[in-house]
Amino acid sequence: MNIHEHQAKQILKEFGAPIAKGAAITALDQAEAAVASLPGPVWVVKSQIHAGGRGKGKFKELAADAKGGVRVSFSAEEALENIREMFGKTLVTQQTGPSGKAVNRIYVEDGADIDRELYLSILVDRETGKTSFVASTEGGMDIETVAHDTPELIHSVGITASAGCTDGDAEKLADALKLDGTARTQGMALFKNLYNAFVAKDMSLLEINPLIITKSNDIQVLDAKVSFDGNALFRHPDIMELRDETEEDEKEVEASKHDLAYIALDGEIGCMVNGAGLAMATMDIIKLYGAEPANFLDVGGSATTERVTAAFKIITADPNVKGILVNIFGGIMRCDVIATGVVQAAADISLNVPLVVRLEGTKVEEGKAIINESGLNVIAADDLDDAAQKIVKAVKG
Amino acid sequence: MSILINKDTKIITQGLTGKTGTFHTEQALAYHGTQMVAGTHPQKGGQHWTSSTGQTLPLYSSVAEAKDATGANASVIYVPPAGAAAAIEEAIDAGIELITCITEGVPVLDMVRVKEKLNASNSRLIGPNCPGLMTPDECKIGIMPASIFRKGSVGVLSRSGTLTYEAVYQTSMAGLGQSSAVGIGGDPVKGTEFIDVLELFLADDATEAIIMIGEIGGSAEEEAAQFLIDEAKRGRSKPTVGFIAGRTSPPGRTMGHAGAVISGGKGGADDKIAALEAAGVRVSPSPAKLGDTLVSLLNS
Repeated sequence: MNIHEHQAKQILKEFGAPIAKGAAITALDQAEAAVASLPGPVWVVKSQIHAGGRGKGKFKELAADAKGGVRVSFSAEEALENIREMFGKTLVTQQTGPSGKAVNRIYVEDGADIDRELYLSILVDRETGKTSFVASTEGGMDIETVAHDTPELIHSVGITASAGCTDGDAEKLADALKLDGTARTQGMALFKNLYNAFVAKDMSLLEINPLIITKSNDIQVLDAKVSFDGNALFRHPDIMELRDETEEDEKEVEASKHDLAYIALDGEIGCMVNGAGLAMATMDIIKLYGAEPANFLDVGGSATTERVTAAFKIITADPNVKGILVNIFGGIMRCDVIATGVVQAAADISLNVPLVVRLEGTKVEEGKAIINESGLNVIAADDLDDAAQKIVKAVKG
Repeated sequence: MSILINKDTKIITQGLTGKTGTFHTEQALAYHGTQMVAGTHPQKGGQHWTSSTGQTLPLYSSVAEAKDATGANASVIYVPPAGAAAAIEEAIDAGIELITCITEGVPVLDMVRVKEKLNASNSRLIGPNCPGLMTPDECKIGIMPASIFRKGSVGVLSRSGTLTYEAVYQTSMAGLGQSSAVGIGGDPVKGTEFIDVLELFLADDATEAIIMIGEIGGSAEEEAAQFLIDEAKRGRSKPTVGFIAGRTSPPGRTMGHAGAVISGGKGGADDKIAALEAAGVRVSPSPAKLGDTLVSLLNS
């Protein structure tokens, strides 16, 4: 789960990280108070969307030469003007895709006197199975480009879980970032605080880009991106409250309410599959036969008739869907349960696109019988290959 | 022969008294007499568990007690995500040799902690978020559907449960059957990686060929490819078919499995396919052609 920059900064502040003073607004009438709460002389006005590249982003509704989604303002009036221009508009960045994202929140922050921009992140390194810091003196730019062009400027420091972030780990990071004097002392404390925040809140990514050194040699968190491990949210009700559903696809929000793993895509064939690997492979085989999947959908191992029905409704709510492929290999999931759900859902929503069903595994004969006796216009498939060919043919003709 | 489990494996179910643990323990008992020997529950030590067909198993309040009383060398975990890491740690502390965690949705930082403990122990963990493992006609640990298996010569290993079933089903239909099948699980931090299982399959006399099913995310497939290259130089190799799920998955999205995500331009299917092909693995373009691809590789 992702949160906004201003929310991430609030959490890091609670863990002792140096954050500039700032105020977030979710309506235009809050703008004046927010700007007035900061001393100036520089106000930074930042669009809050769940995507990177905001500074270089462009607003759909504004002229092509208008400024981007992060604006430095040198008076309170200018800050207000920028807020009014940006609020409610659609920001398109490298990470949003061409449709962009609506800016419904803005964060105004006290401007900083930047001397150096650094990069710092914490993540779980799946190769070592450890939590790891990634640090670089090349902050403020796309870290993947830095890693590609100058890998020697990227430093990783793995943390031993039982020991936490030690003095030795903090020294290594301070060296990697070339910190000295006050900034070094502050940095050593910051690394430990960030690690503690990462573990305490079950983050999956904490990225500070840039981490800055000011002209007075103080360290400060200038931007912050935090993602949380969805599997650990059950023990963080405070984090759950930060979820902003307006940032997510409507169908994906609906699917998550039914515990369905669903991802909307651009194609024409809707898929309902059990198991994440088989669901991906089903998308792949549709493509192999010349069509495009409309979604990823894993109904999971313990789907009920209600969940299957919900899955069907979500798939068919997508106007691009021209046909549906149901592909079930029953292990825990019983084919008769799936079949009952499919029949019921098809009746509920008066399905009017071709439906191909492939069932295999536990209770397959019972499942096939339910489908056959339903009177539904279903194309039965013998195996995965047959199923993919039949649905592509039904849609493409 | 087989790998990891056989007719002599003695298994404790951690979380036996729940619905899932009960169902799958019954299924295992019904599968060629898999030796399910005990269950654990912190408050129900001294009591008995009874299956729907009237079989009973003793319950103990800890894994250590269950192991001492029964001589078990393996455990399987069906406890909910919040308690899964503690269950694995308890099994490690008790010195269980083979721990299988079926539970899906274990927090990744719990697994980071478990992994450190596991590395300092003699236990092996399969999973979490996995379907378990099978040696046909001998032993079933986990949730794989027994009916599709057939004793034979193919070693199957996979990050995905249902794609394991595809590979098993297709090799059974092709008349090849399986020596053993292992689902290592779809989480980013897990107990056993492809390399560990490939090593066992290469060393196993009963395994004449291998099907390995990977997916997007991480670099375990690339590491497996390098391992196969290194082992081939030492004269150890077996005909291997591969498949990578997720060629059409968009970057930056987690595809159901917590570990299936292309991030920072890494973990894409094409790189993995290229790495496997460079290691001499015949990569099937379609998940429906795993069996056919292996048959044609064996006949070539």
